Amino acid sequence: MDHWKDIFALADIPPLGARVVHCGGVDIAIFRAADDEVFALEDRCPHRGGPLSQGIVHGRRVACPMHNWNVELKSGCAVAPDEGCAREFGVRVEDGRVMLDLSTIGRAAA
Amino acid sequence: MDMSTPLERAHRMKLVMVGNGMAGVRTLEELLKLAPGLYDITVFGAEPHPNYNRILLSPVLAGEQTVDDIILNPTGWYADHAIRLHLGKKVVKIDRAARCVEAEDGTRAEYDRLLLATGSRPFVLPVPGADLAGVISFRDIADVDAMIRASSRYRHAVVVGGGLLGLEAANGLMKRGMDVTVVHLGPWLMERQLDEPAARLLQKSLEEKGMKFLLRKQTAGMIGGERGRVTAVRFKDGDTVPADLVVMAVGIRPSTELAESAGLHCNRGVVVNDTMQTFDPRIYAVGECAAHRGVAYGLVAPLFEQAKVCANHLAEHGIGRYPGSVTSTKLKVTGIDLFSAGDFTGGEGTESILYSDPIGGVYKKLVLKDDKLVGGVMIGDTADGAWYFALLRDGKNVSGLRDHLMFGQDHCGNLGHQGINRAATMSDDMEVCGCNGVCKGDIVRAIREKGLFTLEDVRRHTKASSSCGSCTGLVEQILAATAGGDYSAAPKTKSVCGCTDRTHEEVRAAIRQNRLLTIPQVMAFMEWRTPNGCASCRPALNYYLVSTWPGEAEDDPQSRFINERAHANIQKDGSYSVIPRMWGGQTTPAELRRIADVAEKYAVPTVKVTGGQRIDLLGVKKEDLPRIWADLDMPSGHAYGKALRTVKTCVGSEWCRFGTQDSTQMGIDLEKAFFKMWAPHKVKLAVSGCPRNCAEVAIKDVGIIGVDSGWEIYVGGNGGIKTEIAQFLVKVKTADDVLEYSGAFLQLYREEARYLERTVHYLDRVGLDYVKKTILDDAEARRALYGRLMFALSVERDPWVERAREGKLRHEFETFHA
Repeated sequence: MDHWKDIFALADIPPLGARVVHCGGVDIAIFRAADDEVFALEDRCPHRGGPLSQGIVHGRRVACPMHNWNVELKSGCAVAPDEGCAREFGVRVEDGRVMLDLSTIGRAAA
Repeated sequence: MDMSTPLERAHRMKLVMVGNGMAGVRTLEELLKLAPGLYDITVFGAEPHPNYNRILLSPVLAGEQTVDDIILNPTGWYADHAIRLHLGKKVVKIDRAARCVEAEDGTRAEYDRLLLATGSRPFVLPVPGADLAGVISFRDIADVDAMIRASSRYRHAVVVGGGLLGLEAANGLMKRGMDVTVVHLGPWLMERQLDEPAARLLQKSLEEKGMKFLLRKQTAGMIGGERGRVTAVRFKDGDTVPADLVVMAVGIRPSTELAESAGLHCNRGVVVNDTMQTFDPRIYAVGECAAHRGVAYGLVAPLFEQAKVCANHLAEHGIGRYPGSVTSTKLKVTGIDLFSAGDFTGGEGTESILYSDPIGGVYKKLVLKDDKLVGGVMIGDTADGAWYFALLRDGKNVSGLRDHLMFGQDHCGNLGHQGINRAATMSDDMEVCGCNGVCKGDIVRAIREKGLFTLEDVRRHTKASSSCGSCTGLVEQILAATAGGDYSAAPKTKSVCGCTDRTHEEVRAAIRQNRLLTIPQVMAFMEWRTPNGCASCRPALNYYLVSTWPGEAEDDPQSRFINERAHANIQKDGSYSVIPRMWGGQTTPAELRRIADVAEKYAVPTVKVTGGQRIDLLGVKKEDLPRIWADLDMPSGHAYGKALRTVKTCVGSEWCRFGTQDSTQMGIDLEKAFFKMWAPHKVKLAVSGCPRNCAEVAIKDVGIIGVDSGWEIYVGGNGGIKTEIAQFLVKVKTADDVLEYSGAFLQLYREEARYLERTVHYLDRVGLDYVKKTILDDAEARRALYGRLMFALSVERDPWVERAREGKLRHEFETFHA
């Protein structure tokens, strides 16, 4: 499917780490969990816009570096009692390459 | 919300709870958080109301709140969680063989697990006339209703019992317009919580409000009138006092009849072990009905601690023990501040500090034993109650605070909230937490609407006191004033974080004794609950590993907070700041030229001189960092790290006409010796060349003052939220001594402090005497400490050089475009 774009190798992200991709005017943080599952969120904390990509990844969450909000990697939503969500994007790993779903980004940018 | 099907529910284990009060329902709430679908739950409550805040019955009686205000879990909450709720049904029988309970009206429920939360009942004096109409106790909403009804029809009220509950009842009835007399057997009021002077002062302020007292009076009986209603109370000495309403508040007894009838072991409460289990392993008990290690608690904080442990075991997690609690008391009578905790009487082996101002209505007594606060009683001014209670609970060594202790926390230098320390006098729009912009009204609303009881809850929901923590005492006061008499106290020994029950000390010992070298090893060895920790424990573990096994344990960048991973400070807009190191605050024209060139080349928006005698380049893009470091060609300033920051110096004897020592050179030597040192928290040093102290060494972690005959070393200063003046450690002769003693102190701190504990807090915990004993009295230990520090630093490299010149962790600074 041509709306899946090859971004970089899975090995380019350290386990429990993140990389940023600039795409269509949006900064997208791509996270790698301990079990190599990847997640893509807009790189903006729902709290005050802190770069989530710079946070500490733990389990299926990332702690924002600004004020330590915890955000679910899967949904982009802040862990209760905090409220708000970062946009999430389609992403998957294929043959060791990280593929981003451009169609979800177009929708977000629109 | 329970979304499961009836069939799913049918296959669940059955949990029955007898008693629908605060401790029981809190247990269910904790259980639902841990294991939402594990049980099919049935609750029996003898009262016709859902769970309400019993602590706030006093304000309801006083007309300050309504019954609706104090409901904690409306019936909808039970429905949302598919809990079968039987209100107004008193359970009278437990059939342990058939595992089933039965209520008065014949309603039956089978159980796999049974939770007894039957609470307590008021003790009624066995005197003639105790069963007359108009003689009641003060325990539930029905009692409050009866009192409110009586207050509108009758005039004379007598409260038997001058304890906490009795005085609150008396105050409420007085507010409702009744003429109230408090009868008390003891020589003074609240003798279990107050000493005599405090009680006299309390009595005086209550008398000023119109309350009357009869002390040392033993109640002999109630005299009834024509319609079977009480008309007077008679005493043993023959006196009588008119009464249309008598409130018995002479104490409570755990409600154990049901448990006893089922053959469960009871001894002043249903006896439970540290997991809140009774002698029947299927049956648990929490709250006022439970006797734990011989104590049945009647305050909410311990009950909630019990609830947490019990829920954990009901959820089959099987971890967590309840070790008992230290409690404190506050009186909920508007306009009267009273606080009491621990052993306030004193006695052999204790010392008391007293403050008494009878005209101003203030009395304070603090009891110390072995340099620790063991008890206190305060009336008239209780603003520092929470602080004293924390000192007491944590068993902190207060020898250093002794002179100021009586005058409270603010007296020990506390900036940031302009001396406002009385929650009650604050209006709703006044700011409490300056870091997170949280006002009093926000906190009160969150406590009311979300039913919060603990400081942790308030922090999670409002963020108040979750950053710098300086407003913690104020938040605790607001919590106490809003949610009731006391709040749940944090346990004495702190676990590292929510991922484990292990303490910092246990983790460190395990790392050392078992030669653990990686974070996954530590987590596996210490049975962490989460697969890879959280943003609190991972940085702590990483520090413990690299500081315990320098050169062997590998640093884990993913467990470093971003500043320490990027080796620059992240700013609010996501850009970074760069502070190169200037040894001892001394620089050269060549360095300044390079800094200027870099600032222009990379269009650095702000260049600022820092408080630590260096230059800060602010607003740098992350991807530019490695090239900027290369162009600067200066060492990392570690301004971003829990590490050695600056060594601030004055000019010293080289130029200054007053200087007695070469402080600049001493500073440079110290900074070069300890460069690259990671620590539990940031570490700042300063060196002054004479006692005029232009380098401000009194607020540094290690401060050196040059005097004619050598150098004085001070430790544990802090210039942050709370100004802490460094304490004198030792005077030494030579510059080499300064290095050795300072280094030994820092290594001791590195080896023993908890992660994120500044030197002052470490010293508070272990005491300066201990530090002196370790590094002054034992030259061998001192040299060994210094040797370990030198070894750790010898394997550490300059992170800027590694990244700028050797391409280490290049991915951290790259961005992609797609």
